[in-house]
Amino acid sequence: MDIERHEYDVVVIGAGGAGLRAAIEARQQGKRTAIVCKSLFGKAHTVMAEGGAAAAMGNVNPADNWMVHFRDTMRGGKFLNNWRMAELHAKEAADRVWELEAWGALFDRTKDGKISQRNFGGHEYPRLAHVGDRTGLELIRTLQQRVVALQQEDQELHGDAEAYIKVFAECTITRLLKQGPEPEAPISGAFGYWRETGRLVCFDAPAVVLATGGIGKSYTVTSNSWEYTGDGHALALLAGAKLINMEFIQFHPTGMVWPPSVRGILVTESVRGDRGVLRNSEGKRFMFDYIPEVFKDKYATSEEEADRWYDDQAGNRRPPELLPRDEVARAINSEVKAGRGSPHGGVFLSVVGRLSPAEIVRRLPSMHHQFKELADVDITKEAMEVGPTCHYIMGGVEVDADTGASSVPGLFAAGEVSGGMHGSNRLGGNSLSDLLVFGRRAGAGAAAYLDGLAARPVISAETLQDAEQEAVAPLSRAGGENPYEVHHELQRTMNELVGIIRKAEEMREALEAVGKLKERAAGTGAPGGRIYNPGWHLALDLRNMLLVSECVARAALLREESRGGHTRDDYPAMSAEWRRKLLRCALTPGGEVAIEEAVQPSMRDDLIALFDRAELSKYVTADELADYDALVKES
Amino acid sequence: MGYKAKFRVWRGEGGEGKLEDFVVEVNEGEVVLDVIHRLQATQAPDLAVRWNCKAGKCGSCSMEINGKPRLGCMTRMSTFEENDTITVTPMRTFPVIKDLVTDVSFNYQKAREIPSFTPPQDVKPGEYRMQQIDVERSQEFRKCIECFMCNNVCHVIRDHEENKQAFAGPRFLMRIAELDMHPYDVADRKNEAQEEHGLGYCNITKCCTEVCPEHIKITDNALIPMKERVVDRKYDPLVWLGNKIFKRSGSSPAKSG
Repeated sequence: MDIERHEYDVVVIGAGGAGLRAAIEARQQGKRTAIVCKSLFGKAHTVMAEGGAAAAMGNVNPADNWMVHFRDTMRGGKFLNNWRMAELHAKEAADRVWELEAWGALFDRTKDGKISQRNFGGHEYPRLAHVGDRTGLELIRTLQQRVVALQQEDQELHGDAEAYIKVFAECTITRLLKQGPEPEAPISGAFGYWRETGRLVCFDAPAVVLATGGIGKSYTVTSNSWEYTGDGHALALLAGAKLINMEFIQFHPTGMVWPPSVRGILVTESVRGDRGVLRNSEGKRFMFDYIPEVFKDKYATSEEEADRWYDDQAGNRRPPELLPRDEVARAINSEVKAGRGSPHGGVFLSVVGRLSPAEIVRRLPSMHHQFKELADVDITKEAMEVGPTCHYIMGGVEVDADTGASSVPGLFAAGEVSGGMHGSNRLGGNSLSDLLVFGRRAGAGAAAYLDGLAARPVISAETLQDAEQEAVAPLSRAGGENPYEVHHELQRTMNELVGIIRKAEEMREALEAVGKLKERAAGTGAPGGRIYNPGWHLALDLRNMLLVSECVARAALLREESRGGHTRDDYPAMSAEWRRKLLRCALTPGGEVAIEEAVQPSMRDDLIALFDRAELSKYVTADELADYDALVKES
Repeated sequence: MGYKAKFRVWRGEGGEGKLEDFVVEVNEGEVVLDVIHRLQATQAPDLAVRWNCKAGKCGSCSMEINGKPRLGCMTRMSTFEENDTITVTPMRTFPVIKDLVTDVSFNYQKAREIPSFTPPQDVKPGEYRMQQIDVERSQEFRKCIECFMCNNVCHVIRDHEENKQAFAGPRFLMRIAELDMHPYDVADRKNEAQEEHGLGYCNITKCCTEVCPEHIKITDNALIPMKERVVDRKYDPLVWLGNKIFKRSGSSPAKSG
């Protein structure tokens, strides 16, 4: 069968915030760029981000700056973050947000006309640039329109709008192509199929940027859209790159719990940033009972103090509803388990009486809309029922912080598919800014890689043939296993056995189940033709979901401590020894996931000096603390 | 709850197709898209439907339910009687690719024909200063999730294929209004809206506003004000005189609100 061929300098896989920002950068640096995405242009999962983009612009509280943002990010990630990424992110986020404004974004404003910033969990000052509660949509639309603006420029200059940047929408990549089979062989392209026609397509390109987002579709209860099947994570593994921090998954504390068909859909953290409170079935504001030791001095201990904080942040401590997401999710989980949950198995989140109805509609328009349309609940009059939902994976491709480069030459990653930036837990608002900062850096990294390349790596005929066979196989097994059933079973397995609270024996059980599902997935079939056949598409996506699930379960089983998005029932404490360890997943030649322990790089002196000794002592080993003391003495 | 519902779903590709009957389980709280997904998982694995977020935020699952353009994810089954037959068909204005999936490339083509945001050259990123009240008008239009149901329902193109060339549709006429009302946009968009993008074809029947899942007042807040601005420009005697006396330069003066 004939394969459609295209030649580009850079192929960006994924058209969410990170992918579009990477593609814009590569094109602005003069590279011929393809954006390949599974959905229509402008539909990526980024549109679902609600709260905002964290950037220390200091528009609302001038005390804010990159150092405060850096500290908050490291704290939120329980000091497991790649410090260099956290530093670059804190330093560059403001420029990336301002740049969006110059491309037409319209953020909400402060009284003096600057970009308004809102409070969010774990951020010391109001820091999230936002547009009501639909910030992700604004970000996607602005970047989409920037791509169109560049195409209009190219139309003027070259008479061809797609001369330098072209969107291949509804096109799925199934394999990365390399010059040879060894892990260090350079990238030479990418292979996939058009969803609309089923036609196979091959991109010859020396640089590929992965920007495919997350893995939530391996779970039953998730806020993630269908695209989140871990494609980039799996493509990277198969190409010989490494994944880190895969055991850390963020369960967002507030997903909808009723009706069942919308279970998991996100309720933005802005509700809590805008005075919303969490109560159990006894009417108790229970978060006061769940302030962990490491955060004791930063959070209010009475409702009165917490309520004063919204208007006077200098004189009061923060309400505990605004603890980092992992803490709130665990607290809700405990309340429900203790029998103090809401009728449908969540807890109550309410802004009733805390903001005027008009203000609720103005500040939280999409929440108002979503609850009214989907649950028949008017949030200006009634409480919302909420519970944890699989939201974000902190783990991903191990990359160089400055360029987004993976260990495979020519392969880059940015956004949720990359790992390190958020450590063991991501702060709300740090995702949109992450996409922009590291999307741009990966685009620039790919451009620089091309500039230093002597010759374009070639695609061997053999690799291409393998990729083709793999892609069409489910179509030839029309009587095979139903891919939807395999998918549902994987979701149940991960949800029940590798969820928010984990136990060794359950994870072993999950690994066994995943192993069996792998065999079943290999026999899945897709009746019907090639044209827009969702059964075929799912059969191919299963490979990725299963690989990623195996990484999550294996890493989670190895890490014998609780930290951020990894809570072990059998190891409930955080361990300073484990903080120094990274778990790195790779694929063996036989296709098995193998994990090695690596050392977490130590923070640069000027950065570690930004923290108090008392705070550091809660996280680091005695040796590390001695180094810190010596450093402080010196200066 | 839990009952068996009767569904008629349009199935076909390559310009041919027909309505197919299904009987399918429905559970409490479900939406039409849930039922379509159950059909895929249990009866019709290759049934094509677009969807992404299932939360009314991405605008992918546009379809016609009992003849009305709706988002599948926001149409609750409880709005129908249990013995109703629910007919689901693809958007009519765009060519069908397969089943419920249509070729919406018309919209992306039109998007590219609208000149982009044009800020003054001397404002640097970080220096923008705008009041909330001044950004709110355009913000309303930026709520658009590009479900393209307004373009689908607009009779200018729904019933007249021949108008597609000259008419951008409500979605993109609204985009022009959005840019025209942007406090920092300096391009003159009025003549172009009329002459290049077919604003004059719109006879304000408000069908677009009625189907908008974001409840954007497309006609009242975008299209009618845009029409008024075009008329002001065309019939403003001073502008008319200026056009007669001075040769028009390529750039336009800073626009007024």
